[in-house]
Amino acid sequence: MQIQENPALKAEARNLSFFYGNTQALKGINMPIHDKKVTALIGPSGCGKSTYLRSFNRMHDLYPGNRYEGEIRFFPDNTNLLSPEVDPIEVRMRIGMVFQKPNPFPKTIYENVAYGLRVRGERNKRTLDDKVEHALRGAAIWDEVKDRLQDLAPNLSGGQQQRLCIARALATDPELLLFDEPTSALDPIATGAIEELVHELKKRVTILIVTHNMQQAARVSDYTAYMYLGEMIEFGKTDEIFLKPNDKRTEDYITGRMG
Amino acid sequence: MNSMTTEQIRALIARGKMKDTIFQALGIICLAIGLLVIFLLVGDMLIRGLERLNLDFFFQYASRRAAQSGILSAWVGSLLVMLVTAVAAVPLGVAAGIYLEEYARRNWVTDIIEINITNLAAVPSIVYGLLALGIFVYAFGFGQSILSAGLTLALLILPIVIVATREAIRAIPAMIREGSMAVGATRWQTCRYHIIPYSMPGILTGVIIGLARAIGETAPIITIGALTFIAFLPPVPFTATGVDGATAGLFDWVMSPFTVMPIQIFNWTSRPDPAFEANAAAAGFVLMGMVLSMNGLAIWLRYRMRKNIKW
Repeated sequence: MQIQENPALKAEARNLSFFYGNTQALKGINMPIHDKKVTALIGPSGCGKSTYLRSFNRMHDLYPGNRYEGEIRFFPDNTNLLSPEVDPIEVRMRIGMVFQKPNPFPKTIYENVAYGLRVRGERNKRTLDDKVEHALRGAAIWDEVKDRLQDLAPNLSGGQQQRLCIARALATDPELLLFDEPTSALDPIATGAIEELVHELKKRVTILIVTHNMQQAARVSDYTAYMYLGEMIEFGKTDEIFLKPNDKRTEDYITGRMG
Repeated sequence: MNSMTTEQIRALIARGKMKDTIFQALGIICLAIGLLVIFLLVGDMLIRGLERLNLDFFFQYASRRAAQSGILSAWVGSLLVMLVTAVAAVPLGVAAGIYLEEYARRNWVTDIIEINITNLAAVPSIVYGLLALGIFVYAFGFGQSILSAGLTLALLILPIVIVATREAIRAIPAMIREGSMAVGATRWQTCRYHIIPYSMPGILTGVIIGLARAIGETAPIITIGALTFIAFLPPVPFTATGVDGATAGLFDWVMSPFTVMPIQIFNWTSRPDPAFEANAAAAGFVLMGMVLSMNGLAIWLRYRMRKNIKW
């Protein structure tokens, strides 16, 4: 087994294709994910960015008729995340996800964050307390909820719910965090808070984020990939993609002539 | 041409609203017919049975004299049969529903199972009675007991419980399931921490509505041989109420002969002495009360449990 091919990479998609039944949604994607950096996926609706993102934690395995081809290599251990021999649960234990619409469980704030730890068999009350607090601090929501950890999570505001969901994902120390349009259901102030948080989080964890909002991609990401009709059109440093894209289609999209 | 004068617009709206009013009136009439029939039936039973509705009626056994007859063995029998029914039908139905929704692959086998469950709900109850007579009463040797009756009615309401479970599970948004799986939970952990607790209000409602249906069932209970005249209660555990005064075991009561409310009512209406009619009416009113309070309990439980579940 190769140990690590490139110390700066956390993951790499290699010739990744994906099929919903007979419909091909991703076409031979090659793309690196740099360690402790934010990589943004942009592109018009239906271009496959969410499909691509959800391949990383094998979310597609929950539904019948889905099929992957190619690989996603995960470093430093060089595991192929898509291999049939790799259990999707193992993948999800290492890779966290934050969804488009905040989806807290109808349980207390505390239980929402503790859930990932309980799933891993953690029973010690003190360990749970510590990790819950640490995760809530990491998601910049501790001060707002520390006095009401036993309140029901769905009673929080939308922005707080989304930060709670980030805390839920952080509680189990993921190596890679997937964000699927995390601010599309939030107002500008809540959006700002999440963006700031993403910026803060990349010190600890690699981030892959799908966004509809080009300014957001420009603000939060180090690398950007433009996808169109299931293909990776262009990938590069965010500055370069936005300032001097190589591909005409990328340029049309980011200048608003298409999409 | 798309410009209309204000008068024309108002005339158009008025015509539209006219139809609103007509439909509303029609709806209220239809609703009133249904409600009126129920009220008439219950009211009629109440008036005819009123003279018999006193405390003694609940604590006396059936007797040859109408005025001294009561429904003690019938309501105790009904409650005990319901207990067996619930204990048997709930775990089976809930487990089957969870399996079908959360585990089963979508293919032709599950399609066939699905069609079968729907059809099962439509099987006439007397057929369940015949089946139970062959299986529970004779093959398993449970005899004409509370156990046989409870299991028979459990079969009868099993499709209701399965369907209620599946519908309650389907009402849980996919994003909750995905949220659970995304942190690395197994399917069982997702069921245990999320699917089962969140679908509980719907499941309980389905169970109680199923039980409310079962408590009024007469045909299958007659088929398996419930007695129509019982002047004793099933043995109470750990008291000297067993066979020949022996100490009864914890579960002796399930093998006891029994009668239930609808059979008691049927028995009284078939007596030639018109005095028994008042007994039948009074017992009918009590049975109605049992069914309505079960439905009320279902509504209350659903309301209370759903308060804390929102997405």
